[in-house]
Formats: sequence, structure tokens, C-alpha cells
Amino acid sequence: MSKIKAENVNVYYGSKQALFDVSIDIAEKEVTALIGPSGCGKSTFLRCLNRMNDVIEICRVEGSIKMDNLELNSRKLDVVRLRENVGMVFQKPNPFPKTIYENVAYGPTIHGIAQSKEEMDQIVETSLKKAALWNEVKDRLDEIGTGLSGGQQQRLCIARAISVSPEVILMDEPCSALDPIATAQIEELIDDLKKEVTIVIVTHSMSQAARVSQKTGFFHLGKLIEFGPTDKIFKNPDNQQTQDYITGRFG
Amino acid sequence: MNLILVTFIILLAFTSYYFGRKKALVIQSSQRLTALPKFYGYYLAAWCAAPALIIFALWSVFEPSIVKTFILQDYTDQNLTKNELQLIYTKVKALAAGTYTGNITNFLDESANKYIQLKGIANSAKVAIILAILIFSLSFAYRSVQKNDRMREPVEIFLKWVLFVASLGAVLVTIGIVFSLLFEAIRFFQAVKIFDFIFGTHWYPAKTFVRDGQPDPELMKDAFGAVPLFAGTFFIAFIAMCVAIPIGLLSGIYLSEYAGRGVRKYAKPIIEILAGIPTVVYGFFAALTVGPFVKEIGNAMGLQVSAESALAAGAVMGVMIIPFISSLSDDVMTAVPQNLRDGSYAMGATKSETVKKVIFPAALPGIVGSILLAVSRAIGETMIVVMASGLAANLTMNPLESTSTITAQIVVILIGDQQFGDPKTQSAFALGISLFIVTLFLNVIALSVVKKYREKYE
Repeated sequence: MSKIKAENVNVYYGSKQALFDVSIDIAEKEVTALIGPSGCGKSTFLRCLNRMNDVIEICRVEGSIKMDNLELNSRKLDVVRLRENVGMVFQKPNPFPKTIYENVAYGPTIHGIAQSKEEMDQIVETSLKKAALWNEVKDRLDEIGTGLSGGQQQRLCIARAISVSPEVILMDEPCSALDPIATAQIEELIDDLKKEVTIVIVTHSMSQAARVSQKTGFFHLGKLIEFGPTDKIFKNPDNQQTQDYITGRFG
Repeated sequence: MNLILVTFIILLAFTSYYFGRKKALVIQSSQRLTALPKFYGYYLAAWCAAPALIIFALWSVFEPSIVKTFILQDYTDQNLTKNELQLIYTKVKALAAGTYTGNITNFLDESANKYIQLKGIANSAKVAIILAILIFSLSFAYRSVQKNDRMREPVEIFLKWVLFVASLGAVLVTIGIVFSLLFEAIRFFQAVKIFDFIFGTHWYPAKTFVRDGQPDPELMKDAFGAVPLFAGTFFIAFIAMCVAIPIGLLSGIYLSEYAGRGVRKYAKPIIEILAGIPTVVYGFFAALTVGPFVKEIGNAMGLQVSAESALAAGAVMGVMIIPFISSLSDDVMTAVPQNLRDGSYAMGATKSETVKKVIFPAALPGIVGSILLAVSRAIGETMIVVMASGLAANLTMNPLESTSTITAQIVVILIGDQQFGDPKTQSAFALGISLFIVTLFLNVIALSVVKKYREKYE
């Protein structure tokens, strides 16, 4: 079942083209990994999916990206509503300098999801439980979120992202700033989350892509070189460039 | 004479720099240098200039008082007071310089000749001693260079001391100013009770003016109540902040979050120009444009408005302070990491929600710091108040009346004729030190708040 369908997406930063005719089908409730060398456009593509490229003044996106038949690359799109449905976790953990509770309650507050304090408490608890952070922080919800360890901060960011029950979560190298133990925790979490949400993850680590994803797309120089089931990409890729990349010959 | 001497020392130092560097290049041909050739130059130059200049400075400081002691020795048997002795010495100096116009007694003439003679001796001695020191220190340094001693460390130590002396000078000047304020204020508080000063509600120092002798203590009691001045100061600062905080903060938010790069590039310097306008210019703007304007509007509404009103002065002062707040708060909000903004936008927050809930709270300590700095600036502002808000110290909370501030009253007290020992004059020092304490307090709070903010992101 296709969740997001991108067709002929071209992205320009000023006069420089960053993505060339990318077409991809992202399946529902699966983990799709995007791999490729630095600067290949995989993060740029990811940021098209929740219109985060709007923040960059000189960025221009062409082509069609449909989520459940809703055109995302349209001026008429309600970006606030889209981002409520498509959450994002960043490379560097970025909790707000507020309490753990306020961090998780941020999304529900601005979207007016909770009607009462009890409901909000419930949302915060559920989100933290889903992010496998509840047991570690349940006694100190009023401490500042930036005081947690790196791995805990990243799980807090995941809790923040899932607090508004999005259908899709985008992860932009979520483990690149974390140690191996924290990375393993996040990967386990991704595995749990995919039962409910569609996940698109950009990663530099090919072993991580192989571990967590069902589909993998390989980007190179702004083009989607190959896209298919993770097993196939890693064991028997069609394209020579993909073969070279995953065997570590370049990148 | 002094000028020639100093020029000579400095020229010699430059010459020895080049000489030292050249010498190093010569040494280089036979042995390994201990430092870059320029250090040999610095070493020689420092040894040439520093001892000679230090002795020169000390000599210049002590010479006059020594000469004075010699001259006044002849007058010790006459039983004169300190002031009379000072007068005689001034006469002698004037006579020696040929600018004396009074009666010339034999005794004065003699002293003047002695003065000229002493000065001559002192001058030749100075030149001789400095030349001797130059020769001695240069030959000492040159021997070091010849032996190819370590050059880098002494030069570094010398530089360290130069920097130390510079900062010591700044610190000593500060301490000196504070103490002179303090001592004069203490003398003032011997004449006027500190209680009357802090809690008195009537400020009218001119009342204590008595042509000769001491003023009536009862009058003193009621003339130096500083409450109207403190009230006026804080009142005008309050009006100024009412103008500056909203406009400054909102424009700071616009500049950091909403303005495009092009707008920001030009708008920010333009706003900062406001801070560069001399306060006198603001003063006459307030006195000649805003003041009458406020009066006309007030009169049209049937209100009694003085042409010099607290409102006019405060509003113009507020405009002056806008760039402090807008520029500083723009800086602290721009310093909030971009990934916090991204995190907020990615949650579906709008720009204004992001500013209100993430950027502003994260930058708040820095913003508070900038506001406190602006307040201490408002409290210390003088010119605008002197020109636009009148000089009578009314105790009023009506912004349409004229009122006065601490700084404006200091100006009033110290312009024109005054006697130094007079409580009226000394009251300026008491006002000065209270103002100093208030602004120091605000600055300390502001700096500690800003510091706390820095630690949070580092």
C-alpha cells in the first residue's frame, strides 16, 4: 500500500540543482531507508516530505509529491496540518530548553489536541512510553529536557514527534550523534513504531539501513540510482554504482 | 626641552630596534639564534626606551614638589598658613615666568631667581641622568644580544608588564573616581544628615546659599531631600522604557525572525545609528520639537501642559534607547540555535508560535540583560532631561509637568559659580555616588543574567 508517491521531483538551491527527477513510492507502515554519500540529496528529499525546505529562502521544489492523494508540493497546502501528520526527528537532538513534560506537550498544545490537563498528562505518558523513555524520566518530568543524555534527548525528540500521532515520521540521520548503545535503543524503537507509522530514515550507516528498513533507496549526485527491497539492494543490486557503494568502494 | 628629550628617547628606541635586528642577522651567520631576529630588535628597543621613560616620568612627577620645598624653606620663619605659602609660591613662579604684575619685593625677586636657578639645575640633571641611563641600559642589553642570550622570554615578559600597567592604570582611575566621590559625599553627609537626604521630599539647594558664614542648620535640613530627584529619575526612565521596550523588542523580533537577509543587512545598521546620535541632539529635538508638540496636543485637549514635560523628555529618551534593546535582543534571538526553530516548525508550529514559545523563552535571559543595561543607560542620561524637562525638582507623578532627575540636578549644581566647601556643591557628589550605586547594581544584575544565559548553550 503506497503512502507517499513522489514523481519527477526536482529541487534547486538558487541556480544549483540538488535533486534530479526523483520518483519513489513509499509504502505504508514500513521503514524506508535512504542511503548515499554526503551531499547526494537524500536529506533534501526527506525535507520535501514535510515542506521543511520552505524555511530555506532560496530553495525551490518542482514535481509532484502525493500523500494519500493529497498534493504536498502545492501552494494551497496547509503546511501546519501537513506537519502535524508528518513528524520529523533531526540529526542533532534538539529538545527545547523547557521541561521534559513541556517538550512532549508542545505539539498537542499548538494543535489544540488535548482538552484537559488529564488528557494532556495521558498523551505525554503514552508518547514517552512509546519512545521507551517513560521509565527513565517519569519521576522528573519537570526537569529541563536539555539536561538529559544525548540518547535520551533523541528519544525525547521522538516522543515529541509522536505526541501528535503522525502518520509518517521522517528521521534525518537520527543516530549520527549517538553512541552504539543509544543507537541500538533507537533502532529497536524504530522497529516498534513501524507497526503504527510510516517511517522514512536517512542514514549514513549502511548496516543501520540493512538492520531497520524494509525498502532502501540509493541516492547519488542528486539522482535516485536504485530503489527496492532492502535485501535485494544489499545482496543483489541491479546497478553497478549501488554495488560499489554498499561494498565500500566509494562514498 | 621635555619634548625633545622624549622624542630623542623614542627615536633612539626605533634605531636600536633596527640595530638589534641587524645584529641578529650577523649572529645568525655564525650561530643559531635563540629567537626570530625581530625579537633582538624588540629587546634592544625595550631596554632603551623603558628605563629612560620611567625615570623621566618619575622625575617629572616629583621635581615640582621638591623645587617648591626648596623655595618655601626661606619662608618657614614667617609663620604663614598653607594657603599663604601656596600664594607666595604661585607669585614666585609667575615672576620667574615674567607674567607677574603685582608689587615685586626684594624677597620675591630673590626667590624667583632661586627658582630659575633650581629649575636650570634640575633640567641639566635630568638630561644627564637620562643620558646616563640610556647608555647604561643600552650597553647592558647590547651585551646580552652579543652573547646571544635568550631573547624571546624577556620580550614576552616586558609585553606582559606593559599590558599589566595599562590595565592597572584603568583600574586605579576607576578606584580614584569612586573614592573622590565617596570622600566628598562623606563631607556632605557631615553637614546634612543622611536620613534627611534619602527621605527628604524637598530639594532646593539654592536656599542654603548664605553670603558669609555657615547656613542655618534648619534650612539645611529641608533643602537636600533627594526623594523628588530619585522619583523623577525613575519616572522619566519608566516613561523611556515604556517607549523603548515594546518598540525595541518588537523590532528585534522582526529583525531576527521575520526580516529577509537583505532587509536585516540595511535595517539593523540604520537602527544602530540612533545610538550614535549625540544626546545633545536628542535634547534639542525634545526641547524644541517634541515638548511644544506635547504641549499643543495637551492644550487642545484642555489639559494643563508645561512646555518642559517629563513626557517629552522620557519619550525622546526612549527613542534614544531603542537600538540598545532591539540590537541586543536581535543578537540573542539570532543566537538561538537554528535546530530549535526547525524542531518547532517540524511540529507544525507557525512562525509566531515558534517565536512566542521557543525563541523568546530561550532568549529571555539575554533580553532581560539588554533591558537592564538600557535602564541603567536611561537613569544615567543627562542632556535630554536638562534641555527638555526643566530643572525644578518637583515631586510629581504627572507626566505633563516638568520634573528633574539626579543627573540634571548635578549639572545645575556644578555650572556657574560655586564654593567648593559648600554643602550645595558637595551634594553633587552625594547624588553622584547614589546614582553610581544604582547603575552599578543594575549592571551587575544584567551581567550575571547574561552570563547565566551564555552558560546554557555552551
